[in-house]
Amino acid sequence: MKRWSNALAAVLLSLTGSGLAQAADPIKIGSFLTVTGPASFLGDPELKTLQMYVDDLNAQGGIKGSKIELIHYDTGGNAKDAVNFVKRLIKNDKVDLLIGGTTTGDTMAVIPDVEKEGIPFISLAGAVEIVEPVKKWVFKTPHSDRMAAAKIFEDLRKRGLSEIALITGDGGFDKSGRAQILKLAPDYGMTLVADEFYGNKDTDMTTQLTKIRSSGAQAIINFGLGQAPAIVTKNIKQLGIALPLYQSHGVASKTFIDLAGDAAEGVRLPAAALVVAEQLPDADPQKPILLAYKNQYEAKHGPVSTFGGHAYDGLLIAVEAIKRAGAADKAKLRDEIESTKGFIGTAGVFNMTPQDHMGLNLDAFKLVEIRKGAWKIVE
Amino acid sequence: MFEQVFQFLVTGITVGSLYALVGLGFALIYNASDVVNFAQGEFVMLGAMAAIALLSAGLPLPLAAVVATLLAVGVGLLLERFAIEPAAGASVVATIIITIGAAIFLRGIALLLWGKDFHTLPPFSGDAPIRLGGATVLPQSLWVLAATGVLVALVRAFFDRTLLGKALLACSFNRTAAQAVGINVKVMLRLAYGLSAGLGAVAGILIAPITFSSYEAGVMLGLKGFSAAIVGGIGNPMGAVAGGLLLGVLEALGAGLVSSGYKDAIAFLFVLMVLFFEPTGLFGHKVAERV
Repeated sequence: MKRWSNALAAVLLSLTGSGLAQAADPIKIGSFLTVTGPASFLGDPELKTLQMYVDDLNAQGGIKGSKIELIHYDTGGNAKDAVNFVKRLIKNDKVDLLIGGTTTGDTMAVIPDVEKEGIPFISLAGAVEIVEPVKKWVFKTPHSDRMAAAKIFEDLRKRGLSEIALITGDGGFDKSGRAQILKLAPDYGMTLVADEFYGNKDTDMTTQLTKIRSSGAQAIINFGLGQAPAIVTKNIKQLGIALPLYQSHGVASKTFIDLAGDAAEGVRLPAAALVVAEQLPDADPQKPILLAYKNQYEAKHGPVSTFGGHAYDGLLIAVEAIKRAGAADKAKLRDEIESTKGFIGTAGVFNMTPQDHMGLNLDAFKLVEIRKGAWKIVE
Repeated sequence: MFEQVFQFLVTGITVGSLYALVGLGFALIYNASDVVNFAQGEFVMLGAMAAIALLSAGLPLPLAAVVATLLAVGVGLLLERFAIEPAAGASVVATIIITIGAAIFLRGIALLLWGKDFHTLPPFSGDAPIRLGGATVLPQSLWVLAATGVLVALVRAFFDRTLLGKALLACSFNRTAAQAVGINVKVMLRLAYGLSAGLGAVAGILIAPITFSSYEAGVMLGLKGFSAAIVGGIGNPMGAVAGGLLLGVLEALGAGLVSSGYKDAIAFLFVLMVLFFEPTGLFGHKVAERV
């Protein structure tokens, strides 16, 4: 009997149109993040950020009188779980949109369901393949690994270096980054003279670096996450290799500097403006937003990371779009997300188009160097 | 080329000594009860994490290391008393499964206490690499090598020269007979867990400056240490060292001379070959089953 009345109500709702009945209904945001497991350092700040800002918005009365309800599941980095949770979010929880997918693996696994059901999805994962080719319902807020590779190559070209050695781990982030570097290298006139690998839980990379030392490389690029890049950095110093070392945006956190210690001196990497917020010129439109997010997050949860910033960007882009289109009509909401223009987030200025579902350009990355244990923008 | 191979060997020995040090911890409990303690890696992690926490709480490094080791011994004793002892009489396999559960539990506690971040200890005697011919080695690696040597000698002497060690061995050979000649099997088991937790913690503290530590660092270290122990012959402390060094050198040579993409495959292939041709390990006791 209950099911029938539900179905009846649904039919009635769709007949009467959304505007009428929705006024007091909460806006449901579905989220699936990797809060535990190996990628937890990404998902944990993301969830904290979402919860913090959803609470804030609700305290201010919600969006146009509607409260926001955040429904979250922890995937633990398991793509199979991500798919199940997304199905549950869409079918049982009946969410209006999805923000989540901490890792590229989780995100790519749920895309078929998202596209089939037709629900706006803002991903928080890095790889460029998420939005390339463009998928109708899928957007993303973090910088892509292709941008990181391009930013590193730009700097190498400026320094007149072209023979590079690459060392990467065995994770998804590492592999995707390596693929982008191999793909972009010819465009920037770079030649790869060494291509070495390590396991992400290895404790010593001096063997691979010894090979790199004798390869005649002019610079070393390391693409990785977690503690392994810090070990690579230390091992380079141990072996007395004096080549410039480039890391990826994956290590743009204070933990990396703490772990690598003195060896981190002079390491360059592309990073989101969030890590150098205080050093930006006052005229930079991003500065007040970065500082506001940083202060609010740090007051409650400790040191800020760029990853939480991606969740902030995703949530606020969604909120802006909901303000314009409401949450009831998913297609309209999708269109409004796609027409996001000049939105200033923590990752940069977003200008989405039907061809670009990320909307960031290379300026969004800052090239930073570690000097005396702190990040400095390289001019 | 020669210089390169020399560096590979030096790397292999330093990494291998790390595996050996962890592998050593498996011997004590195995010798007392035929059980492979899969929480051994967690003892290593606990030692390192506790030392890091105590150091940042203001204790000097030597004191932090001692207190962390004692803490780990305490955890080992508690584990034996509240998880292993209630299951006395259970099969070896059941006990091994209990240790896996304990490992997950300890990881969870560490996660709650210290979060998900990686932490590190300062190296005991500086960061300046030492040159050996064309190769370089960190002073901390020498600490690990030296400690491995000392601990192996101690463990060996414990089993061969002391009555306590022999009593412990007797428990694994035949529990009933050991009891019959007046050995308190319960106390022996508790001793084994306490000692191997302490051994693990010392290993953890020594290697933390090189490998860093986090709540799940014990998983990988436990696995590599276990591989070292079974290659050498589990229960034989010398075997664990030989196994660890062999594994480390093979990994380094495999990565250096063949391909770093197949480094682990080469090492594991070696482990499989050893188990295939010498199921008790290279230096294990030959077991004669009497029908």
